This record gives sequence, structure tokens and C-alpha cells, in this order.
Amino acid sequence: MSELRRPTESGVPEATKYMHPVLKKNYGKWAFHDRPRPGVLRHVGESGDAMFTVKAGTQRQMDVYTIRTLCDIADKYCDGYIRFTIRSAVEFMTPTEANVEPLIKALEGAGFPVGGTGNSVGFISHTQGWLHCDIPGTDASGVVKAMMDLLVDDFKAEEMPNRVKITTSCCQINCGGQGDIAINVQHTKPPMINHDLVSGVCERPAVIARCPVAAIRPALVNGKPSLEVDEKKCVCCGACYPPCPPMQINDPVNSKIAIWVGGKHSSTRTKPMFHKLVAAGLPNNAPRWPEVSEVVGKILAAYKQDARAWERMGEWIERIGWPRFFEMTGLPFTKYHVDNWRGGRANLNQSAHLHF
Amino acid sequence: MSKKMPATPLLDQLESGPWPSFVTGLKKLATDEGKPYADYMKSLLGQLELSYETRKGYWKGGTVGVFGYGAGVIARFSEVAEKHPESSEFHTLRIMPAPGFFYDTKTLREMCDIWAEHGSGLVALHGQSGDIMFQGCRTDQVQPAWEKFNAMGFDMGGAGAGVRTAASCIGPARCEQSCFDTLRAHKEIINDFTDDIHRPSLPYKMKFKFSGCANDCANATQRADVAVLGTWRDDMQVNQAEVKKKVAELGRKEFINQVIRMCPSQALALNDDDTLDVDNKSCVRCMHCINVCTKALKPGKDRGVAILVGGKRTLKIGDLMGSVVIPFMKLETDEDYERLVELAHNMLDFFAENALEHERTGEMIERIGLVNYLEGLGLELDVNMITQPRTNSYVRTDGWDDEVRKWNERKSAAAE
Ligand code: HEM
Ligand code: HEM
Ligand code: SF4
Ligand code: SF4
Ligand code: SF4
Ligand code: SF4
Repeated sequence: MSELRRPTESGVPEATKYMHPVLKKNYGKWAFHDRPRPGVLRHVGESGDAMFTVKAGTQRQMDVYTIRTLCDIADKYCDGYIRFTIRSAVEFMTPTEANVEPLIKALEGAGFPVGGTGNSVGFISHTQGWLHCDIPGTDASGVVKAMMDLLVDDFKAEEMPNRVKITTSCCQINCGGQGDIAINVQHTKPPMINHDLVSGVCERPAVIARCPVAAIRPALVNGKPSLEVDEKKCVCCGACYPPCPPMQINDPVNSKIAIWVGGKHSSTRTKPMFHKLVAAGLPNNAPRWPEVSEVVGKILAAYKQDARAWERMGEWIERIGWPRFFEMTGLPFTKYHVDNWRGGRANLNQSAHLHF
Repeated sequence: MSKKMPATPLLDQLESGPWPSFVTGLKKLATDEGKPYADYMKSLLGQLELSYETRKGYWKGGTVGVFGYGAGVIARFSEVAEKHPESSEFHTLRIMPAPGFFYDTKTLREMCDIWAEHGSGLVALHGQSGDIMFQGCRTDQVQPAWEKFNAMGFDMGGAGAGVRTAASCIGPARCEQSCFDTLRAHKEIINDFTDDIHRPSLPYKMKFKFSGCANDCANATQRADVAVLGTWRDDMQVNQAEVKKKVAELGRKEFINQVIRMCPSQALALNDDDTLDVDNKSCVRCMHCINVCTKALKPGKDRGVAILVGGKRTLKIGDLMGSVVIPFMKLETDEDYERLVELAHNMLDFFAENALEHERTGEMIERIGLVNYLEGLGLELDVNMITQPRTNSYVRTDGWDDEVRKWNERKSAAAE
């Protein structure tokens, strides 16, 4: 066997190495931007140079043929440069205005919807799911594909009150992050423990320490050291499953989907917000999750119709109040919506402000 | 002999519809007979279809690595390898892209060729971690694939209890709103922490993210232990002629609705002559008015960064937003960047010494209190770190006079 090569510990490469010359020339010297049409941005530099960006949706999980197709388009219209956004959209930039229309045609012709700019429904940021994660309760790419098929018109248009960022997470670790709408797995039953495997596979003190509500205890089961769960305490979060796979939390029926709304990362206008639970108990209904789409559709329709220009989902709800949100969406309000933990007082109405 | 294509009636339903389909992509790889990945992907499709049928995942972790590094390969072994033997090993290589996710097509094509030779041909651009996720590789192909990516000038990303791959907004490369060089800050920090990325030995993970302004396009505030956000100290720049144009374009009522009334700090007023009055002392640099009036308004010229610490997702004590530990710091000269990197090292060292196992920075600060964190790092207290002073009267204040003296000394030092 040949000698193993020592890694070159180079870190990240210089970004300018992969930038269009017009970006390099105007680096830090941009004057303003506007949006000639949905899906297209125009940035103008202090030098007078203009850079057009055409943004398109992808499937994120891409085969090499798809990536090569994107490269072909970039070679033809963008001098061989291409960029991706933090939410896995792809951006094609050209200083030549005449390239914009053919670029849009080429992208749409190859099946990549053009949009995601301004006040649109952006591409859903998603996780790995059944395709690659070791703990998922559902798929990620599949949920996103099913949802985007329905939301594609709102991706291509800029007709929302503000941008809508949707995220999905296939376990309750929620890699997907905060969203105006978050579609997350919600387990409803404690883990099913395979006691024969625990002592061989799990580092038990680490597992006990992982539980947020101290529901796990060491136990001797059938003469073997194992773990037991106080099922009254357990909040079914699944945190014990990654360090201890014999504590199976995923269940085809009892692992449900929950919808959360009103999260935002930005400090624009209001401070960043966490998303809040509005619906749970939706079935994990692969391959197209119609029940999830229905609830998301209702929420988006109410927001689109009622929010004022520039209000993000969470800001809109703060203005109209939660009673009106539940009324407009027709979603039921239950005891599970009440934040019941020690710090939960912050989410109770500690005032005489009431909505009627 | 090539393998038969598995029946995938459930996955097939994800091929229709207007959005690009990852299933179509998987099938393209699986049916390109003669390619090393064709049978591999047939087997993968079989396993994925099984997941859709039973609604369960079938991957388990393990340890696979490359020579010289302790992290960066996410090992996946199939639990149903008996039925789907070819894809029994399906590891992911996390490779760090250039800050801002920029590529030229030559680079991307070369990456595709490497992955077609050694891997599955499936690539996620990008993972939530900010890495290129080369998904699907047999154990024996990990090292040769890695060596080729490394030779191209790319390095392995983070995993496990170490420093993780960073993320940054596009920043000065194409955004006029950027208040610092997000891409440079990203590179300076990450490239100074390669040892902590590649040989994780912290209590738990540590993430840095960089956004050029309060719009936080990199989702740093909640998704990074250390969020570096651009802001400015002086007055915002106003082009009154462009303001008037914007008022004319939207109409007075809509301009008031969309700009004046949406300002969170009531800092804006529309003058009788359709110019804008900005109360810069009240403005919190939220970016809203600038977003709406991209030609008329701009951040000020005295720019820098605010640093928020402690953001994280649910595990274990629930979600946390980052909170301010540095309200403003210049980030222009080489020395400024050195200070930033030094600060990041202090944050990491304090975390390494004081966090419990599997505790994130935000959880550690919750446990020990922000004041202890600031004192540990030698950071100066600032009123911008709180939304309001304490409301709980159980506090021991016998050091009050000393603290007052320190505050007064700092104020007079700053005044000189
Ligand atoms: C013959 C004596 C001991 C044996 C055989 C023993 C064995 C163990 C074992 C097997 C575990 C893992 C527990 C699990 O997986 O559930 C453990 C954890 C632990 N033991 Fe012991 N132990 C002994 C004595 C002690 C003593 C005397 C102390 C302290 C006074 C102690 C403190 C701990 C602690 C703190 C943990 C970790 C718990 C966690 O991480 O949450 N052990 N020990
Ligand atoms: C193998 C190491 C040990 C493990 C894994 C362990 C684990 C635990 C756990 C899971 C609990 C229940 C916590 C709860 O649900 O509230 C507990 C309680 C307790 N443990 Fe341990 N323990 C260990 C060793 C010890 C040792 C060595 C002592 C004393 C010498 C000890 C004394 C206690 C006491 C007094 C309680 C409290 C019981 C109560 O509150 O009713 N433990 N331990
Ligand atoms: S959200 Fe959970 S299941 Fe999904 S990729 Fe992240 S860790 Fe895995
Ligand atoms: S599922 Fe969560 S709450 Fe239940 S035992 Fe596991 S870690 Fe504890
Ligand atoms: S965070 Fe601000 S500076 Fe960065 S890309 Fe977004 S708007 Fe521009
Ligand atoms: S940046 Fe935000 S806070 Fe400042 S004036 Fe504009 S809208 Fe108001």
C-alpha cells in the first residue's frame, strides 16, 4: 500500500479566487440594488458597474449531472462563475443585461424555477432525513420537494407581505433552525428500549446526562445492565437516541409532524424571534405529506391576506394577536400550546392586554 | 453483472411536479450503467424506498476518518445491509467551500469528477453546517477522494465536539449594506482554528457565523455560538433626493405605512417637503428603512461589528438566541482582525475550561451567569448587553462602591 498523504491543513480558500471579476472590482464599493423582476437582482457599484443576479431553486441534494448542467449554464452566460445561497438556492451573475432573459429561459428550461428574491417564499432550508442521517423521524428532501411543488408560484412571485423562510427538521434537534414556518418531527411516545443491546452499545452515564428532564435511570433488566425511562417524566424529545440507538424513538405512527410559526433570525424591525407551536399530531405521511401541506397552506393564505407590507409572520401575529391567528387559520388551541415549564412564565400574558 | 433497478413506487411519486426532484437525480445515477456508482445507488434507492414504506431510518453511525484528522467524515453504515448490500457503507465527506459559497465551474466540475470516481455522485450544496456534503462513499474510497479534494485546495469541515465550519453572508462581494468584510472575517477565524476543527477536543461544538448587517442573512444570531454582525456608530447616510423619489413612487400614505411606521424605535419622520428626518440616537440599526429604500438610505460610515454569543438549537435546555457581549468593535485594519481572532481564541479557551460535557456556550453562560463570562474573558460591561436591568431583588450588592468606581474610571478614560 502506498504511503498515506499528510493533509494540507489549508482551511477555507480565499473567496475572491472564485469570484467574477466584476465582483472583485466592486468589492465593498456597491452603491445600491434593486429588483428588475422577481428572481432577478441588480447591484450597482459606485463605479457605475452593474451586476445582474438570477436566482433559482435546486433540489439541494444534487447528482453530478445536475451540477454539470448548472455549470454549462454558468459557462454560457456567467463567464464560468456560480454561487449558492445559505438556503441552497443557486445564483447566476452576469454584468451583461442582455444575458438575463436567455439565462432565465435556460434555467427554467432545465427545470430550475427562477425566483426566491424579495418578498417571496424562499427555498425551504432542510436537513438530511432518511437519505443520510442516523436519527431521523422523517425524510427531509421529500418533505421539501412535496411542499415546494405546491409553493412554487409563491417562490416565483414577490407577492408576500415580507419574505417567508420555511424550514424543516427531521428530528427534534431541529438542524433546520428558526423559520416563519417550521415543519418539525414531534415524537409522542417515550423511546422503546432494546435492553439486550444497551450495555454493549451505550455509554450509560452520557445517556443519563443527555436527558433534559432527568427521566433516565440505570437499571438491571433480565440480569443485564441497562437503562430505564420514567415514562411520566419523559418529554419524548429523542435526545437519548443519538448516543444510545437501542433507545429507539422513531415510530411509524407515533412520530408525528408539528408546525411552528413566527421564528426569525434577523434583527430587522423586531428582535429575533423563536418560532411557536401552532399545530401538532400531523401524520408522517410519506411520500407527499398532504396533511402538512394543508396546514401550511392555511397559515400562508391568512398571512398573505392579512399582514401589512414588511411584516414577517411573527410580527403580523404579534400585531393581530394569537386569538385572531387561531381564528383566521381555524387551527385548534389546546393545552399543549401553553408553555408549561419553569421559564414559561415569559410566554404567559402577564398584563390586562386582551384581544376581542 | 449489473444490478436490477429496485421498484420504488413511493419515491416515484416525488418525481412529478414543478420543483426539481432529487429522486430523479438519484435514479439518473443509478441507471448510468457502467459507472462505479450505478449499483451503489440502486441499492441506496432500495433502502430509501424501505424508509418511505416503514417510516424509519436505517443508518447507524460509526467511526471512519482520514489520515491525520479526527473529524470531518460522517460515517454511515446500513442497518439493512443484508437486503441492500452495495450501499452498506454510505459515508459523507464534509468539505469547506470558500466563504460565501463562491465557485468557478472548473472547480465544481473537478469536484464532480472526483465524486463520480470515488463516491456516489450525490452532493448536497450545501449542508446546514455550511459544508459541501459529498454524500455516499465506501470506507476504502474515503481516503483517496479526500486526498484529491485536499489537493484542489479544499479542506475538511468540522464535526463532533470541535470548532465547526463557519457560514457568512455574501457581504462586500455584492451587498452594499455590508458593514464589514464578512468573507475575510470568516477566513481569518476558520483558518486560525483548523486544529480545533480537525481534532475536536472541546466539551461540545462551537460555531462562528458572520452577517454584514442586522438582516443576518447567515442566520448567525440563533445558529452560532459566536455571531458576528455588522453595524455602525455614526449617522446613517441619507440621500434626500432619492427619498423624495421613493415617496413619489410609493405615495405619502404608503411611505408612512411602509417606512415611518415600521421603524421599531420611532426614529423616523417624514418632513413636509417629503424629505426624511432620522433620529440617529434612537435608531437601533435594524436595517428596515434601508431595506425598503435601497437607493436613498445606507448604513453610516463608522462601521464595525457587534458580537452576540450563545445562540443554539434545542438540545439540551431549549433554544437560545445569542446575546450581546461586544456592542461595537472596528474591523478594518489587520490589527482589528488580529484582535477578533484573539478574542475568538479567548472565547474558545474559556469554553473548553468551563463548559460541562455536551454543554454549549449559551448553556454554560446560563449556568454561570453572563457577568462571570464577561469577567472570565476580561470584557467590559456595557448597557447595550441588556434589554432592561434586573427585576429580581435577591442580589448581594456589597461590592457596589467598587463597581461604581470602575464604571466612573472607564467613563473618564473614554472621555479623554
Ligand atoms: C465499585 C464501585 C463502582 C462501580 C462498579 C461503578 C460503576 C459505574 C458505572 C457502571 C457507571 C455507569 C453508570 C451507567 O451507565 O448507568 C458509573 C457512573 C458514575 N459513577 Fe460509578 N461506580 C462505582 C463507584 C462510584 C462511586 C463511589 C462514585 C461517587 C462517589 C461514582 C460516581 C459515578 C458517577 C458520577 C457516574 C456518572 C453518572 C453520570 O454521568 O451521570 N461511582 N459508575
Ligand atoms: C453508578 C453511578 C451512579 C449513577 C449512574 C447514579 C444515578 C442516579 C440517578 C439516575 C438518580 C436519580 C436521579 C433522579 O431521577 O432524580 C440518582 C439518585 C441518587 N443517587 Fe445516584 N448514581 C450513582 C452513584 C451514586 C452513589 C455512588 C451514591 C452515593 C454514595 C448515590 C446516591 C444517590 C442518592 C442519595 C440519590 C438521590 C435519591 C433521591 O433523591 O431519592 N448515587 N443516582
Ligand atoms: S434534524 Fe435531526 S434527523 Fe434531521 S438531519 Fe438534523 S440531526 Fe438528523
Ligand atoms: S426521549 Fe428525551 S425526555 Fe425521554 S428519556 Fe429520552 S432524553 Fe429523556
Ligand atoms: S446580512 Fe446584511 S450585509 Fe449580509 S447579505 Fe444580508 S443584507 Fe447584505
Ligand atoms: S434602521 Fe431601523 S431603527 Fe434605524 S431608523 Fe431605520 S427602521 Fe428605524
